[in-house]
Parts: sequence; C-alpha cells; structure tokens
Amino acid sequence: MIRRITMALAAPVLAIAFAMVVSAIMLALTDYSAGDVFHVIFTEGFDRTNLVTTVNRAAPYYISGVAVAIGFKMNLFNIGVEGQYKLAALFAAAAAAAVELPAPLHVLFTFAVAMLVGAAWASIPALLKAYRGVSEVISSIMLNATALGVGAFFIQRWLRAPASESPVLGTKTIPESGRLPTLNGVLGAVGIDVPDATRVQSYVLVAAVVGVAYYLLIWRSRYGFDLRATGSNAEAAAASGVNAKRMIITAMLLSGAAAGLIGLNNVMGPAARYTDVSVVTGLGFTGIAIALLGRNNPVGIAFAALLWAFMDAVQTPLSNADLPKQITAIMQGITVLSVVIAYEVVRRISARQELSGLRREVTAGGAGLPPADPPSPTGAGPEVAPA
Amino acid sequence: MTTPTQDPPAPAPDAGAPPAVQLVGIVKRFPGVVANRDVNLRVAPATIHAIVGENGAGKSTLMKILYGMQAPDEGTISVAGEQVSFKSPNDAIDAGIGMVHQHFMLADNLTVIENIVLGYEPRRSFPLNFLVDTAAARKRIIELGQRYGLAVDPDVLVETLGVGQRQRVEILKVLFRGATTLILDEPTAVLVPQEVDELFANLRDLKREGITILFISHKLDEVLAASDDITVIRAGATVATAKPADVTTKELAELMVGSELPSPETRASTVTDQVELSVQGLGIAEIGLRPTLDGISFDIHRGEIVGIAGIEGNGQTELIAAILGLIDLNAGTVRLGDQDITAWPTRRRREAGIGYVPEDRHRHALLLDAPLWENEILGHQSGPPNVKGPWIDRAGARERTREIVERFDVRTPNIDVRAEALSGGNQQKLIIGRELMAEPQVMIAAHPTRGVDVGAQAAIWEQLKEARRNGLATLLISADLEELIGLSDRLLVIFEGRVVAELDPATATPTALGEHMTGSNRREDA
Repeated sequence: MIRRITMALAAPVLAIAFAMVVSAIMLALTDYSAGDVFHVIFTEGFDRTNLVTTVNRAAPYYISGVAVAIGFKMNLFNIGVEGQYKLAALFAAAAAAAVELPAPLHVLFTFAVAMLVGAAWASIPALLKAYRGVSEVISSIMLNATALGVGAFFIQRWLRAPASESPVLGTKTIPESGRLPTLNGVLGAVGIDVPDATRVQSYVLVAAVVGVAYYLLIWRSRYGFDLRATGSNAEAAAASGVNAKRMIITAMLLSGAAAGLIGLNNVMGPAARYTDVSVVTGLGFTGIAIALLGRNNPVGIAFAALLWAFMDAVQTPLSNADLPKQITAIMQGITVLSVVIAYEVVRRISARQELSGLRREVTAGGAGLPPADPPSPTGAGPEVAPA
Repeated sequence: MTTPTQDPPAPAPDAGAPPAVQLVGIVKRFPGVVANRDVNLRVAPATIHAIVGENGAGKSTLMKILYGMQAPDEGTISVAGEQVSFKSPNDAIDAGIGMVHQHFMLADNLTVIENIVLGYEPRRSFPLNFLVDTAAARKRIIELGQRYGLAVDPDVLVETLGVGQRQRVEILKVLFRGATTLILDEPTAVLVPQEVDELFANLRDLKREGITILFISHKLDEVLAASDDITVIRAGATVATAKPADVTTKELAELMVGSELPSPETRASTVTDQVELSVQGLGIAEIGLRPTLDGISFDIHRGEIVGIAGIEGNGQTELIAAILGLIDLNAGTVRLGDQDITAWPTRRRREAGIGYVPEDRHRHALLLDAPLWENEILGHQSGPPNVKGPWIDRAGARERTREIVERFDVRTPNIDVRAEALSGGNQQKLIIGRELMAEPQVMIAAHPTRGVDVGAQAAIWEQLKEARRNGLATLLISADLEELIGLSDRLLVIFEGRVVAELDPATATPTALGEHMTGSNRREDA
C-alpha cells in the first residue's frame, strides 16, 4: 500500500524536480539568480494572501481538470471545454440577472443554467461522434472558435446591459441573491484569520462538490464502471452490454456540464456580471494539462490544480521583487511535459517490480512448473502482494 | 536410430555433412519468465524436422531466435557447421533461413509476383536500375514453382487465392530470397485436412530438392505423418528427440505435457426438449457483397452443447454478434426461451441470461489494466452481487471474485492483480468462472480453450461439461475439431455464412468435417 502510494507520487515529484532544475538553468543562462527566485517562491509564495489566491485560482482549474478527465476516462478528448464554459458563463450570467429568486435557489438556478448550456454545447461534438463518427477533437476544437462568435453575437444582440448602466460590454448585473458569498466570515468564526483585502471565495466549495461527485460517479457507480470499461476496452465493454453511443453522448454531456461551472467564479463573485474580462480565457486548455498532471484522479487533479494555481499566484511576489515572473509559466510547461514521461517511466518500473514479485512466487513453486507465456505468473503459491 | 529419450539430444553420431542448423544451450529470458532455458536442436540437412510442444512451451521464442528476431541470452547457433549470430531477420535470410509465418503477411491488392518480390526486387540493368525487373522475377518464380512443385499463377491478385495457395506464395517468397532452410510456424493451423495433405506433399518435394524444413506444430498426427525427426520442447527446454517410426501420438503427447492427456469426451446425453436458444433465418448482408450470414437456423436445448465447425471467417463472428445483439440483422429472429429478443439491446440480452466467452479474450473479455475483481463485474454490471442500485457493490464483487478464483482454480496471488499479469490460461479460467457463476441460460463459448495450456484446457472442458449437466444450453464455436467432436451433442458446419451440414459427433471424423468445412459436400436444404 505504502509502496503503491510512493510509486504514485514518484512521477509528479520527479517531474516537478526536473522542472525546477531546468528553470534554474534557464535563470542562470539569463543572468538571474535561481537562488533568489526560489527563495521568493518558497517564502512569499506561502504567505497567507498568496495561499488564498492560490486556492481561489485552483477552484476553476480543478473543475476544468475534472471536466476534461471525465472525457479522458472514456478515451474522449473534450478539447472544447474552453468554448463550453465561456458560453455557459455568458448565458448563466444573463439568466441570473433576469430572474428574481431567494438566495440559495438563485445560485442553484444559475449553476443549473450553466451546466445545461455547457452540456448543450458539448452535445454537438457528442452527437457528431456517436452518429457520424466525427472525431470529437476536431469538432470540439472548432466549436471553441464558434463559441466565441456565438457568444459575441448574443451579447451584442440581446444580452448586453444598456450602455446607460455600464459602459463596458457585458450582461446586466446579477442581484445580490444570485452571487456567491465569501468564506471570510466563516473562516474568521473558526479562528482562521484572512486579511480583509483577500476574499476566500465560496466557489471553492463548488469545486469540492464537483470532485466528490466525480469520484462517486466514475469510481463507485454502475454508470462509471461502464464508462471506465468503455475507456479501457471499448469492444469488451460493448460485448458486456454497454451501449457505446449512449456512453459517448452521456460522457460528453457530463463533461460539458462540469465545464459549464468553470467560469462562474468571478461572474457570480466579485464581477457579478459577464464581461469579456470577468471570465478568464484559457481555463479549458489549462484543464487538459491539469487532468494529465493529476492522472484523472479526483485527488490528483486537486493537487495539480493547486500546484498550477500556486505557480500563477507566485508571479506577483516575483515581479514585486523584480524577478522574471515568466519563469513559473516555464515551470508549468516543463512539469506537464516531464510528468508524462515520468509517469511512463514509473509505470514501467512498477510493472517490472510486479512481474518480478510474481516471478519470485513462480520460482518458489518449484522447477516442474507448467510452461508459461511471457509474462505470466503460474504458481499457486502463498499470497505475494504484487510490487 | 534415436529412440525417445528424456535427455537433450546428444550430437548424433551421423558422419558426413554438418547439420543444417544446430542450436546448443539456448537460453532466453524475458522479464519475469524464462522462455527458453535449455534448448538443443540439431537439424540434419534436407530433412523435415518437427518441433512439438504445448502452447507456451517456448516454440515461438525458439523460432524467433532462429530467425534473428530475438537474440538468445546464452547458447550458440550454427548454420551448416558455422557459428552465426543474427542481429535481425536480414542476417538470417542471408544465412539462408526463411520463415513462413502462421498469419500470412501478404498484401491482398497486389499480385503474386509483387508480393513475392516486395522488399527484394530484382532491378533492371543500368541505367534502368530504378525499375523492377518483373520479367526476370516472373521467370524465376515460375522456375521455382516448377522445381519445387509449388505452381501458382504469378499474375493473379492475392485476394483471389485460397488459403492453401496463399501459403504457397509465402513459401515461394522465402525461396525467392534464396532460403535453403524453411521455418514454418504452425503451417497447418489455417488449413483444412485436404490442404494439409497438399502442403505435406509440397514439403516432401522441397526436401527432395535439398531444402531443410523446420516446422512447429502441436498437431501430433501431422507431425508423425510428415516429419523425419521430431524434437519435443516442454517448459522452455528440449526434452526428447524421436523418429516418427518409433513413437505414437500418445507417447509424444505425454512427452509434451509431462503427464497423461485429458480428453474432451462427454457422452451421457443430458439434452432435453426444452428450447433455450432459437435462431431462425439469420441473415446479414451488405449491398453488393456476399452475405456474411445467410439463412442460419438452429435450436439449442437445455443441457445441450451445439458445436459450430467451420474455417474462420465463414460467419462465426457475425453469428455470435447476432445472438448478442452487437450487429444489425437483415433477416431472421433470435429467441431466448419463449421470448423474442431480436430487437433487444445487448445489455438486456446479457441480463436475460446469455453468457459469453469470446474468442479473443484480450479484445472482448477483459479490461487488462483493471484488477481482477473489476473484470469479474464486466458483463454482469446490472445485478447482484456486483451492483446495488446505481452503485457498484465492491464487497460483493470482491467476494464473488474470490469464489471464482477458488472454484475455478485461477492462479493469482490476490484479486487486486491487474488482469494482464495473469497467464492466458488463468485469464480464461477467470472468464469462464465469471460467466458460469452468473448462471446463464445460454452460453456462447468461442474457442474456449484457445491458447491455454493443457491443464487449464482440461479444467475448462470439465466446467463446460458440468454446466451442461446442470442444464446450460451452450453454443460452442471452435477451430479445434477434437474439442468440437468431444464436447458437442450436435455439430453444425458453417460455410460462407450458411449451415451446410449437421453431423452427429459420435460418428463424425475430422476428415469428414474438413470436407464440409471447405464446402465440397454442400447440403442443399441447409
């Protein structure tokens, strides 16, 4: 058990270490002091304001990672998360601004609209894939561009707030009842003091709920079993009775629904409306990196999102110290690249260990063992845990 | 001269020409497994030398070593008395060793000539040496064909050729490259008995012309009929050599296995008159193509095993897909018990009690990267003990897996091992156990013992027989005629998508089956 965890952690730790080494080399080549940079990262990076920023930023990354991972678990590459969350955020903001509901319902209503819109946009590549065999990678990446146009069209035509209300192009303001509160009060009550200037956004809780739902759905439910089976061996899954078309469509819809929640952090929080700047661009693509880094695992994705967000957040103290903040983007990139390699290396090592563990058992079984295809354990000896 | 001996063959006291091929003390290890641990082989020139052994005994590894596809970890290879070391198949070809693979490596849309010269094209003379000298190639192929009795029209497309002729093309391809030693890997696996006879006649012609032939097989009758020398390999080591005149199939089999042979025999009939599965007039066709299934009808009763014999690719795959609901039918109905299930989706059919042991377990039956207990759920993810409501019942599934491991003797350290770590035989036992423990009404068993060792084979046969006694209706599809004849209550022969014969296994012989399988005795009313 401990060994398995060690192996699971080995790859990301190796990757991060490698990324740090490469960054240090880059810094040295550009006449910066790697020592200074890492000093800032490891001291100021961990001060309270910076950690709050990290957590806030990690939440949308996490949801984005989960949205992508749902597809990955079924060998679907939903590269269209980007378009799905932007459209979802726009329509959810417009809907939230258009209704009056009591606070919790208003928030839930907005979430529901966002998830529906995300799923609806994802349904296009889903249906194309299921019924016409169109690669979801191609169709969803093209729909990202389309989503921008569609969004711009709707906002210009119907959804924009009148210029008298706001000079910035965007939806109307969401009333107080439809906004996500901060957690500062709650945290203060339990004795964690957060500076007033920084808000701990309750959106973090949304990410947590998404994570739990993702785990239960994929790892514990029948549906999730079908989904993982299809991802692992589509033909065997079909023979076991899984309806492949339905799985493609539902998995894509679920991925889109999760994607719908990504952009709401700011829209339902500080900005309280959708504008071109109230929704960060690129979260959908970052989600791909984070799902990879976290190996589609609910906890792994959380660590990946936090790591990514931390490297974002540490840019501020770096530039305050006149150090190149871009170095963290380089580290992010190298981490993802090297983690892919590191996972493969670790996978091979652990496969070899598993085999040699089984082999020890086989040889213990005596010389007259039955012939075996390589690689195959044949002994019926005592229980030996695989590597 | 040499009678069966349990010792590795001592260098035979035959004077004169050095052996065409000699292997001494070959050892080949793979991670976790020793595929060859002590292989000694001496092949006299211009003889047919058979290498027999069970699946997984190390025959294929040995051949790969001999053909330069893998390097041995220890030991030496000599060709015509000279020690060699092959780094790639090209080295082996240069030394005059050629390989005819079990699965033909021919391009259907090229002609025989094109296939033969591919990668070894004779060039026209300078300055046209960028062109293939097709005329020279054709002349040489015709020459080779006449000399060795392997006549094939060099200008026809390979797709128009039958299996036997394709094999000749493969052999010609190797001879064309100047091979004087041929390795044939399970050459008869894809042939019907009549074609096997032709092949052996060809091999004798080749031998007469001075070609040395090494062939791998586990079909002992053929080995005895065709070879001059036999080397038995067991658990990665050569354990005996023999002359066919001195041994019986039974003795050979026991040398191969190291113990007594089991048999698939199942006699006392348990057939009832209650129809469990009935297919009527199944038809699958694409416009413009010959139908893959054409009016297939049969019933399987409670307690009955119906065997389907046929050369692969005559509609077996489609028949299974049709019964499981994996393919759209153009015509016909499928009934399970008294229900018409023709329009049902696969899942509903499986829930209603159709068990399935697919022919290719890696592709159709297992999640290789998932633990055994998750593999136990596969195909049975709709009810107890694997599922509670919408949730997977982990405890239940694990308990069931442990039961299967115990009852079906799946050799594994625990149930959290990934399925890919198990040997083929143990994977298959897990699959059989999973399907039988779910107590299906009807079982589709496609090649249930393909690629498993003899011990597992006997266990699987026993399980199928026991399930039959308990009333299971089984559709058995197999390429192993002995298995078909031994297990079935009734045999249907399928050819080009039609049932062309129904035979009583008590009287059917492999030869008779073979004739029907090639369509030479077509039954009119089928």
